Amino acid sequence: MKKLLILSVAAFTSMAFQTAPKKQLPAKPAAVNAANTVSASIQRGKQVYTTTCLACHQVDGGGVPHLNPPLDGATGVIGKDKIRLVRIVLKGLDERVELDGEYYSNNMAAHADLSNQQIADVLTYIRNSWTNKAGAVTLAEVKAARAKIK
Amino acid sequence: MKKNVSVFTLFLAMAGLSGISANASDSLTLAKPVAVVADADNAGLKLPAGFGALKVADGIGRARHIAVTAQGDVYVKLMRVADGKGIVRLRDTNGDGKAEDISSMGNYGGTGIAIKNGYLYASSDEEVFRYKLDAKGDVVSPLQPEKIITGLINRRQHESKSITLDNNGNIYVNIGAYSNSCQERDRQTGSLGRMPCPILDSAGGIWQFKADKLNQTYGDGVRYATGLRNVVGLDWNNQLNQLFVMQHGRDDLHNLFPSLYTQQQNADLPAETMYALNKGDNAGWPYTYYDPFKNKKMLAPEYGGDGVKEGSKEYIDPVVAFPAHMAPNAMLFYTGSMFPAKYKNGAFIAFHGSWNRAPLPQEGYYVAFVPFENGKPGKWEIFANGFAGVEVVTGTRGAQHRPSGLAEGPDGSLYVADDAKGTIYRIVYTGK
Repeated sequence: MKKLLILSVAAFTSMAFQTAPKKQLPAKPAAVNAANTVSASIQRGKQVYTTTCLACHQVDGGGVPHLNPPLDGATGVIGKDKIRLVRIVLKGLDERVELDGEYYSNNMAAHADLSNQQIADVLTYIRNSWTNKAGAVTLAEVKAARAKIK
Repeated sequence: MKKNVSVFTLFLAMAGLSGISANASDSLTLAKPVAVVADADNAGLKLPAGFGALKVADGIGRARHIAVTAQGDVYVKLMRVADGKGIVRLRDTNGDGKAEDISSMGNYGGTGIAIKNGYLYASSDEEVFRYKLDAKGDVVSPLQPEKIITGLINRRQHESKSITLDNNGNIYVNIGAYSNSCQERDRQTGSLGRMPCPILDSAGGIWQFKADKLNQTYGDGVRYATGLRNVVGLDWNNQLNQLFVMQHGRDDLHNLFPSLYTQQQNADLPAETMYALNKGDNAGWPYTYYDPFKNKKMLAPEYGGDGVKEGSKEYIDPVVAFPAHMAPNAMLFYTGSMFPAKYKNGAFIAFHGSWNRAPLPQEGYYVAFVPFENGKPGKWEIFANGFAGVEVVTGTRGAQHRPSGLAEGPDGSLYVADDAKGTIYRIVYTGK
């Protein structure tokens, strides 16, 4: 149902783009629509975070020193490489990897059972929570990333 | 001595110039304070009546285990090297309890450190070294340790190698399991346990080695006890001549088996457990966990358990069960005479503090005490609290200090190490 709504909003927006004369683009309504979509995604993402991620990454996104990496303020979380984020959600992480100068001991489980929408939502949530402020991760981006990740 | 005399003279001269009348006791106090004085705020700790605390040092790195020489020098093992060094020596040169002389050695991080029979022992996450101490308790050759144990498994999880020594020339090393519960896929919801758990051949237990033999590895050692998921706090009880250990219990009962355990049960199960070990003991990990409400060993859900089915009776029972997930990182049997009589031969436990009680508030972040009478543990209590610096810890990151190491000084003071801010505390008894 939500998907339908988003699709119809997107369709309406693109129709508006096509029909309206270039100089009278409905810039404001489009921005509001985008914001609504992102904020809805964040709301849904919070639910995914609470059931799937919170136990290890904690309620404040601060992680656990030396065991589970923080998401709040993590350069990898707010960075441009969204494919890597999708990969970590899908595959988990069980290698010794340096993250912002630290190492973490615990393994992260794979979460391949999450839908593309859930992954987009939870990544959008963690990129826009606590002190983080980064662009949303869209359903299309997760779909494309998932197709590439084997 | 000469220095003291000159300070004394200088003091008299200054006092004379400024018109202050000085007497001998004032000047002696200035030159050489004779007593350790607790900080005005007891270093931020909440302690039983009659106890005080001071910060010996602050910000020295990720202080894990600590050991104190007969002369009172504190050796601290750092989890990660700071400026390339992983062992810090704290020396109090004027008797006020604070470390004025801080130096470091050893180019490896790790957790374990101990002093026994004229040697300082220290561990990385794969090896154990020792350093000869001279008659003054100084390390003779800081750059040339003897490598006594090598090649121990480090697969990131539960990697620290805690150590303690008996009075028979043996050293005991914890080799933690590189897994939460020996699932086919570690920490994966619903993943079942591997049978038999293959980790136990080389980890998930305590190994015994010779304290004085070089380059030992698995083949030279004895698997002294098994079925222990991860032991960070351990101590040889000299009164009972027995090894005691504190296990970090398993995580994530609800997160891994949501249909069998509630979030509340996830937070409250299983107990953190103290075991009195004998050679050959098996404490049951990963097949069982200990339920402190039922006082029973329960079958783990990875092996067919459902929160109701009991585990096999073949495994040993703990001697003390503590609340879940508080992460006991150090244990010390107190043999000093400074503290009141009830503390003698009892056990102090440093609880690092929990993380996997989430989303419920976290617990621990204190030093507990278990009295022992006739070799049997009594009811445990909180001894030193307030390390976290906040009333409620919701996310583990919020704890300011986290107890991780314990040691007894030659005068009977209790030292506590914190690996969050690198604070070394000294707790003294000043009551009558």
